[in-house]
Amino acid sequence: MKTSTLKAVMGYVAGLLFGLGLGISGMTDPARVLGFLDIVGAWDPTLMFVLGGAVVTNFIGYRLVFKRPNPILGGAFQLPTRQDLDGRLIGGAVLFGIGWGLSGYCPGPAFASLGGLTVPLLAMLIAMVAGWFLARAIPASR
Amino acid sequence: MDWSSSLQGLAGGILIGLSATWLMATLGRIAGISGILGNLITVRPKGDSAWRVTFLLGLISGPIVLMLLGGGLGNVAGAPGEVVGEPAGGVVLMLVAGLLVGVGTGIGSGCTSGHGVCGLSRLSPRSLMATLTFLVAAIVTVYVVRHVIGGGA
Repeated sequence: MKTSTLKAVMGYVAGLLFGLGLGISGMTDPARVLGFLDIVGAWDPTLMFVLGGAVVTNFIGYRLVFKRPNPILGGAFQLPTRQDLDGRLIGGAVLFGIGWGLSGYCPGPAFASLGGLTVPLLAMLIAMVAGWFLARAIPASR
Repeated sequence: MDWSSSLQGLAGGILIGLSATWLMATLGRIAGISGILGNLITVRPKGDSAWRVTFLLGLISGPIVLMLLGGGLGNVAGAPGEVVGEPAGGVVLMLVAGLLVGVGTGIGSGCTSGHGVCGLSRLSPRSLMATLTFLVAAIVTVYVVRHVIGGGA
């Protein structure tokens, strides 16, 4: 198989694992997410187990992967190198958090829920894409 | 406490972690959905789009596979076995929320997957800061909507 085909196949496998994980964990249900975020209500700990399970697994996984000099299919590991905390990072996270708290959707679950598409979800996805274009028009602070 | 929901959350989380490790091991990329999807649409990076498209197809097919298997593998609150839950509000609320999520993840360079799952696994200080910030902002938002304004969401 050509490398470009293999890359596409590996991308699909990664996406499928991610989509299965979101579905099995219940993160494709905004009520679960909002139940976690509502710390004074009937708190739902599910998201904590999802994030914990994902981070611990990936922490171990990354340590094994980074023993290699480069990815299995060639090229280089493409990792962010910035270490500074700037206004865009924090301001962006605040805006994202408000939108997440209003809807219970972050980008992964919103997109992965396409198989159960509803009109409000479609509105969410269209507005999200518009937001990405808008973000590109907002100049860097430095 | 609902242990079966928590265990399903843990099992799903492990799959998500394996996905992120797999994408780094094979292609050397961060499994951040806002970056993969957002850059595909806004930048359309030449020669760097195919894996993004197949990843996203896989992402959609995961829940669809669970629905087709029909073994009650989902974890929707109050509807055991369902895979995809109902939206928490109507079109207007979702338009506002979607815009905030898009702009926020766009200028903040990531979301729950890129900063949360991948960044925390790399012990990145930027991702730790971003994750704490969006978690607190979301918790405050839900508190205001549900307990100050009341009745909503």
